[in-house]
Amino acid sequence: MPGDTARRTESIELDGSAGVVKARQLVRSLAQEAGLSLVDQTKLVTAASELARNTVVYGGGGRMEAEAAWSNGRSGVRLLFADEGPGIPDVELALTDGWTTGGGMGLGLSGARRLADEFDLDTGEGRGTRVTIVKWAR
Amino acid sequence: MTEDRGAQRLVELLADHEDDFVTQWVATVGESLSGRLSNAELERELRDLYAALRSGLASGALASREDGFAEIRSLLVELSRNRARQGFTPTETAISVFALKQVLEPSLTGSAKDIRAYLQLSRLLDELGLLTAEAYARTREEIISSQADQLLELSTPVVKLWDGVVAVPLVGTLDSARTQVVMERLLQALIDYNSTQAIIDITGVPAVDTQVAQHLLKTVVAARMMGADCVISGIRPQIAQTIVALGIEFGDIPTKGTLADALRHALDTIERDKRLAENRGSLL
Repeated sequence: MPGDTARRTESIELDGSAGVVKARQLVRSLAQEAGLSLVDQTKLVTAASELARNTVVYGGGGRMEAEAAWSNGRSGVRLLFADEGPGIPDVELALTDGWTTGGGMGLGLSGARRLADEFDLDTGEGRGTRVTIVKWAR
Repeated sequence: MTEDRGAQRLVELLADHEDDFVTQWVATVGESLSGRLSNAELERELRDLYAALRSGLASGALASREDGFAEIRSLLVELSRNRARQGFTPTETAISVFALKQVLEPSLTGSAKDIRAYLQLSRLLDELGLLTAEAYARTREEIISSQADQLLELSTPVVKLWDGVVAVPLVGTLDSARTQVVMERLLQALIDYNSTQAIIDITGVPAVDTQVAQHLLKTVVAARMMGADCVISGIRPQIAQTIVALGIEFGDIPTKGTLADALRHALDTIERDKRLAENRGSLL
């Protein structure tokens, strides 16, 4: 991305609920550093919480990579959630509100897409799942 | 055979210089702890260790796991536990063992026997040092897990707010274990205080994601099954916007911005129920 400078990427192992808590804390501090408003901080932390839990529950564990982002003079936070799990066979269905295979509310993935400014889902049956989200400061 | 003679030499060395060694040992260790442990206490600990080491070696044992060293092992575990509890670092704990090597060095003559003796002691002390590291780590883990349990207990009080109204102020992360505790406490409090109104206040919950919401909903459903009305309060602006964006619906569960609003709502409901009951009574 133009204007992006090389930044230190922080990585967190997502292997259980303790990892989810750690991810939330890291994301909150990055969001504060990036100057996100309290509402946007909360939205990003919540989206991260959903995606991190998905990584643990459906992906069988993985990692989160977090970094500060810059574009057109705006600062933000970019998060990547990656697992080597079974992948999502039907992306359309997985992004449908209320659809779940795990007994949750079925709003995590679709909700995270609404909470973030940019959302990218790279998955397929048998090749794991990579979700990237970005939240920009207003 | 040579092994025996080596241990023999060690026993002699330790016996001949007992007072010397212990004094220097205490001084070396004391320096590293920079006065955070009284000298008298340190000397008592190290003298006990020294005696246990001597009696272990005298019994012919050379490896730390042998029966002869059972006493020093248990002394070291105890010492490590205390150090961990008092907030010393793992290095400061292990130094109590390793410093003895340093103390012994000047007394060696350089003869083959002495070198063998020193190597044997060195290997033994390495093993014992590792033992302290393990005991230290285990104690820290125990402390952490007991603190987690205490937090679980501490952070979920159920308070009686008014006649017939109980409230749970939630603070921190709401996971499955916490929800279970909250739910049990709340349901018990409804009975204990003979209450019909329950308020769950989430002012102290930093983020409400779908898992937290699901846990909240389950708690409300359980309270309702006992005939109580439930209000969720402490919905701050950023939480409200996040919940809407996520798509979570609280259905017909009343939600309020502040605990005060929730209390007013609960009292109004009690009042209305009372009036309804009176009207029904006068009709009969």
